[in-house]
Amino acid sequence: MSRVRVLAGTRKGAFILTADGSRRDWDISGPHFGGWEIYHLKGSPAEPNRIYASQSSGWVGQLIQRSDDGGRSWGAVGNEFAYDGETATHQWYDGTPHPFEFKRVWHLEPAPSDPDTIYAGVEDAALFRSTDGGLTWQELGGLRRQGSSARWQPGAGGLCLHTVLLDPRQDRISVAISAAGAFRSDDGGSTWRPINRGLRSDFLPAPEAEIGHCVHRLAAHPARPQTLYMQKHWDVMRSDDAGESWYEVSGNLPVDFGFVIEVHAHEPETIYVVPIKSDSEHYPPDGALRVWRSRTGGHEWEPLSSGLPQSNCYVNVLREAMAVDSLEPCGIYFGTTGGQVYASRDGGDHWEAIVRDLPPVLSVEVQTLP
Amino acid sequence: MIRVVLPYHLRTLARVDGEVRLELGGPATLAALIDALEARYPHLRGTVRDPFTGRRRPFLRFFACQEDLSHQPLEALLPEAVSSGAEPLLIVAAVAGG
Repeated sequence: MSRVRVLAGTRKGAFILTADGSRRDWDISGPHFGGWEIYHLKGSPAEPNRIYASQSSGWVGQLIQRSDDGGRSWGAVGNEFAYDGETATHQWYDGTPHPFEFKRVWHLEPAPSDPDTIYAGVEDAALFRSTDGGLTWQELGGLRRQGSSARWQPGAGGLCLHTVLLDPRQDRISVAISAAGAFRSDDGGSTWRPINRGLRSDFLPAPEAEIGHCVHRLAAHPARPQTLYMQKHWDVMRSDDAGESWYEVSGNLPVDFGFVIEVHAHEPETIYVVPIKSDSEHYPPDGALRVWRSRTGGHEWEPLSSGLPQSNCYVNVLREAMAVDSLEPCGIYFGTTGGQVYASRDGGDHWEAIVRDLPPVLSVEVQTLP
Repeated sequence: MIRVVLPYHLRTLARVDGEVRLELGGPATLAALIDALEARYPHLRGTVRDPFTGRRRPFLRFFACQEDLSHQPLEALLPEAVSSGAEPLLIVAAVAGG
């Protein structure tokens, strides 16, 4: 019988939840790295017992941890993220140039077919790659050299590269940066260009500018890499041409601000978001936590609330904190800043907390194991 | 032999209990001490000082002999009581809530 392993990164450590394919009884291990911020953990698709974790601290900086036994034991690997080339600047909050300075790793993306190759999205925004299991890291410097990085400006959470989508069949990498926008390479990361046509952000002096959009998250179904979904600061967007152009699919959502967006494992047109009231409030509308599902790739949405708190709920769901398994029916998972991880065994129709009272959840990833 | 007291998170990272004892080949400076610490415990590389700027992490302090050594150059000699092992060097993490 298949098993499921949920990797939850929190403000004060990592937690690993495992269950058999029925997904009813969960075993919880952790905290791993108790007291440390774990922005993200992710397992290698090629070798699922290899898991990488981003471990950081405001006191002592960034470490990368690696497990080769499914998270039972860990060892630190390389933590030197040296920017490529001469010191460059981005735009600071006050509009002045500010040098790129490494702060932390937001996202780890293992390559689909090689357990030793992994990408890291970092703050200040850059993309790094390791081909030796995380021992050494090299920046894919073409991203920051593509011409616009001097105009990149941090959002309130920092100038972070937080989404990395890999499409190895076409040597394609798509990334998103808050608050610069989305970018794509079609040559494995050597050269890049912005892919933000169709985005509109009213906080920008020129709302349809090529650069400056606060993209919160990108998602794609592996079988349909040309179709990208985006939760922007405001607006849920869709592209059918790998980002060449975008159009809005917010439809009947009660509010189109939010952080997460995710695609059903078996239905490429079924997508999920968690609307958040506004960028000033960062909690669900009406104190009711609802996932909204579209079975039409956007435009038409339905609220999913069975098993979720429908009163006095003021948690947030952060951008890395939703994932799906690949069982049948598809399981959907998300974590909250209130420390709950909610799961649905039936594509979102019903939910239950598989753990609660963890530290604020920063990220959720799911592995479906044989 | 120099004695070093690490803050909690660095002790767990290095998997040590209590004090760390280091032998320095040359002059007993903070820089040499950190070099020796990172050589002995590679998991601590980059945690006490930024690997690129070489600067002390701002929320860590170096105390010894009831003095704050944090602002002296990393190349300055440590007090005799530290280099002789009579007193430990304390690497102290700033207190903070949350």
